[in-house]
Amino acid sequence: MQVPARFAYERADSVPHALQLLERYGPEARVVAGGHSLIPMMKLRLAQPEALIDINGLTELGQITVEGEELVIGALVRHAELLAHTIATDLFPIFRDAERVIADPIVRNRGTVGGSLCQADPSEDLSAVFSALRATAVIQAGGAPSRKVPIRAFHHGPYETAVEPGELLVQLRVPIRTGTGSAYEKVERRVGDWPVAAAGAVLRVVDGVIEQAGIGLTAVGAEHFCSPEAERYLEGRQPGEEAFAQAGRIAAEHCEPHADQRGPADYKRHLAAELTRRALAAAAERI
Amino acid sequence: MRITVSVNGQPYTRDVEPRLLLVHFLRDELGLTGTHWGCDTSNCGVCTVRLDGVPVKSCTVLAVMADGHEVTTVEGLERDGELDVVQKGFVECHGLQCGFCTPGMLLTARWLLERDPDPDEGTIREAISGQLCRCTGYENIVRSIRWAAEAQAQAQPQPQSQAQAHAPTDAEARQ
Repeated sequence: MQVPARFAYERADSVPHALQLLERYGPEARVVAGGHSLIPMMKLRLAQPEALIDINGLTELGQITVEGEELVIGALVRHAELLAHTIATDLFPIFRDAERVIADPIVRNRGTVGGSLCQADPSEDLSAVFSALRATAVIQAGGAPSRKVPIRAFHHGPYETAVEPGELLVQLRVPIRTGTGSAYEKVERRVGDWPVAAAGAVLRVVDGVIEQAGIGLTAVGAEHFCSPEAERYLEGRQPGEEAFAQAGRIAAEHCEPHADQRGPADYKRHLAAELTRRALAAAAERI
Repeated sequence: MRITVSVNGQPYTRDVEPRLLLVHFLRDELGLTGTHWGCDTSNCGVCTVRLDGVPVKSCTVLAVMADGHEVTTVEGLERDGELDVVQKGFVECHGLQCGFCTPGMLLTARWLLERDPDPDEGTIREAISGQLCRCTGYENIVRSIRWAAEAQAQAQPQPQSQAQAHAPTDAEARQ
């Protein structure tokens, strides 16, 4: 029987209250929402927070809205809610592609977007998705204005993010731009598993030329879950199979996959190239 | 910590440790052992219950998180001594062998039919994809849920005979 170590439990009823509680309990406190990363780690005693601050009641963080030229996704939005949100998934089909293969439907009912990002697992799909989309994370601290962190500066390494003790990730903001297509391609060993490797692509084409490319890579050791080298190669070129295949090769060259039970490094590198190519082709079709 | 959880429509108040998981609260504190306890890692789905109507894996939810909320377990499917149509489907189509995964499957099936009263085989398979069955190969579970969908589609809340609400044939189930 797996049981977490003892902890104090507090339920926050607003964002300021959550921040107060985080300040009161200090750096050994952890925020819990869906709990589908944190609670298993606590059961295995890989995480032993002294206090859990439950933010499940903060409905103000559970909304998806369009504000001006941005799609705003609250940190407490459940995976299932993002998957079912037609405005979000029509604007960015990459969300539909990725959410359909994140864990399983029952886990998606509970797990949250913000929780996935803050867990910062190197194999977590949404990190690459938001990286490809060049999203901005909004982080709130007590008694201070919120700060915005580009998603490509959000992840400091495996399980480490820009969210400091006493702070709360409250929103992800995704720029909405016309002429954009997006897609996500993942290879998993079985339904619900973490990816062996995955790639996301966001393409903006203006007058037949790629104006901006976003390439997200999951589980292959890509810094900040993206491939700026492949993006730079694509920008200014015409979209097409040859360019996409070359971008895939460049993305594969610049990532650093590690062998584990999901596969050897060279296989993952092969997947990085092939899935990048496929994601780019699918994204181009959706423009 | 004192919590009050509504389980199958009845409020229960208990003092629990914050680290108590919902699955153990249901089984050990309330004696509702219909909710099974399996892998403990949110993979197998046998502990699935509905929290405010939504299926969740209760091995990965703290009991204190259910404070003030409504939980439905397999014991709550039956109404006035009458089995729910999904339970009847599992009876009619031999949807279980050992029965370990069945309570979770039934609750997910109930939820699916509320959202999509006429799910095709692919939809059913996707809906139960977070729940493992090691006996049936899923075939009979899918048939059971299709049977329930067809039975539910009849005007009557319960099918009167096999002829009116028959189990789908193999060919139908594959469509």
